[in-house]
Amino acid sequence: MPLAGAIAFAAHLAVYKNETPMEARTYTNFLATFLIVSILIAVGQHRWRRLRVAVWRMRPLFTAAVLLLCAWELITAGWHWLPLPYFPSPAAVLQSMISDRALLFDSTWHSLVLLLAGYVLGALAAFVSGVCIGWSNSARYWGMPLLKVIGPVPATAWIPLAMVVSPSATISAAALIALAVWFPVTMLTSSGISNTRASYLDVARTLGANQRYLIFRVAIPAALPSIFVGLFMGLGASFLTLVVAESVGVKSGLGWYVSWAQGWAEYGKVFAALIIMAAFFSTIMTLLFKLRDRVLVWQKGMIKW
Amino acid sequence: MVTTNIAVGSALRVHEVHKSFAVPDAPGTTRLALDGISFSIAAGELVSLVGPSGCGKSTLLRLIAGLDFPDAGELLVGEEKILGPSAARGLVFQDPNLFPWLTVRRNIEAGLVARGVLEAQRHEVSDFMRLVGLEAFANSYPHHLSGGMSQRVALARALINHPKVLLLDEPLGALDAFTRMRMQDEVLRLWENRRTTMLLVTHDIDEAIYMSDRILVMTPAPGRVDRKIDIDLLRPRDRTSEPFLRLRSQILEHLHFAGTAADVSA
Repeated sequence: MPLAGAIAFAAHLAVYKNETPMEARTYTNFLATFLIVSILIAVGQHRWRRLRVAVWRMRPLFTAAVLLLCAWELITAGWHWLPLPYFPSPAAVLQSMISDRALLFDSTWHSLVLLLAGYVLGALAAFVSGVCIGWSNSARYWGMPLLKVIGPVPATAWIPLAMVVSPSATISAAALIALAVWFPVTMLTSSGISNTRASYLDVARTLGANQRYLIFRVAIPAALPSIFVGLFMGLGASFLTLVVAESVGVKSGLGWYVSWAQGWAEYGKVFAALIIMAAFFSTIMTLLFKLRDRVLVWQKGMIKW
Repeated sequence: MVTTNIAVGSALRVHEVHKSFAVPDAPGTTRLALDGISFSIAAGELVSLVGPSGCGKSTLLRLIAGLDFPDAGELLVGEEKILGPSAARGLVFQDPNLFPWLTVRRNIEAGLVARGVLEAQRHEVSDFMRLVGLEAFANSYPHHLSGGMSQRVALARALINHPKVLLLDEPLGALDAFTRMRMQDEVLRLWENRRTTMLLVTHDIDEAIYMSDRILVMTPAPGRVDRKIDIDLLRPRDRTSEPFLRLRSQILEHLHFAGTAADVSA
């Protein structure tokens, strides 16, 4: 790891003169910090066992990451293989991330609020409709055709219509995200509910269970693994819908930021926003996995993330 | 210990019960599963139902549990007609069917929660866990339990409702030979302790002779009660004693004969 850090640092120094000094300084500091920390860890791990255990698994990953940064820098700033301004160097991206941090933070915040509003709304609606369709035959008769016809249409296809119907772009975007989440969650909730093992229901009935117990204490817990699969699929769909809705209608958020920065040909900012988006979405995904792991502790052999 | 006088079994009467099922491969046709079954069990009796697979033992148990309904005939617990499932008739399957999302303790509590009496009877939960020897596993999830342990939880879960009748559908069928013998003694202990009426479906003839007061032998296609054999041996019974073995060969011979007779008629 220190070796990789050193290589990246050296490469950076070699191409340093090609950059504008202002932009390069933060990146230089960043690489220097990485180098120092990695040297400290390399030395320290011989002394503290716990540190070694902690970094052991991450070492190859960090090494690869810093080498990737190095390659990126060599290709862009070093040898100019890729045309500017479309492919800025990592130093430039880091610089635009820092200089525009207020707006980026604001955009991330707006994206988060919009995403959560739409996701929670859609997931709750889907949970209710999924349980109804999965449990009751008449709800299934009327709900299934609706689900089958409306569900497969991508939520983004409704954008033109949503713009006309709702006065506020934010509200219609939230509704579209909710719709995107609603379909997979409803589908998997209802299939989970209707596939509840009949013997669980039989046992519960011989224990004196009423309809409410059968739904809330047997069918829904039994359907939870399937519901979570739906929630994950819905989360993916909600990211897509969020970014598209933000770049065409809503005047805030990361999706908007990317297309706005592109309009000004500030590709450093585009890359900065993409990096933040990746971190943002994968954090939310990880949180959902953590939630699932807590709720489904009783399940054995879960899929790892 | 759980007090013995809370649950006293009820008599069970099955009178001329018929049940047929639609044949999935041939729409419109039905197959007769139970053909005029009649028998009665006295309160507190332990009766086994033996017979080859497909003779309708499990169907009969589902009817008594109230999970299914007969085409004709009557099923009575005490003086009451069976109209649907009830906590007064516990059912334990071969697969313990523990709720995997609940811990051992919560599984045992399930019947109390379902009937809305958890607060009033919470103190009994620990008694029942001790009764089946699972206090140490109160907070484990079912996938950590062995087959025998799971079945003990299933028994405790059924017994906590103080059922008048306990229906056991091959409850020990999936266990290894040693665990099964231990569990037979355990079920007998529970029965002697509580005098719940028990109807045990099994295809293990030794188990039937070892445990029950009476054995009902069923023949298949369509299911009929063919013979009723009283077991007058004193408990604990010796599986290798001469009268035990005599009963065993008698029943085996009978089942074998019934089996070939059914084959010929089919």
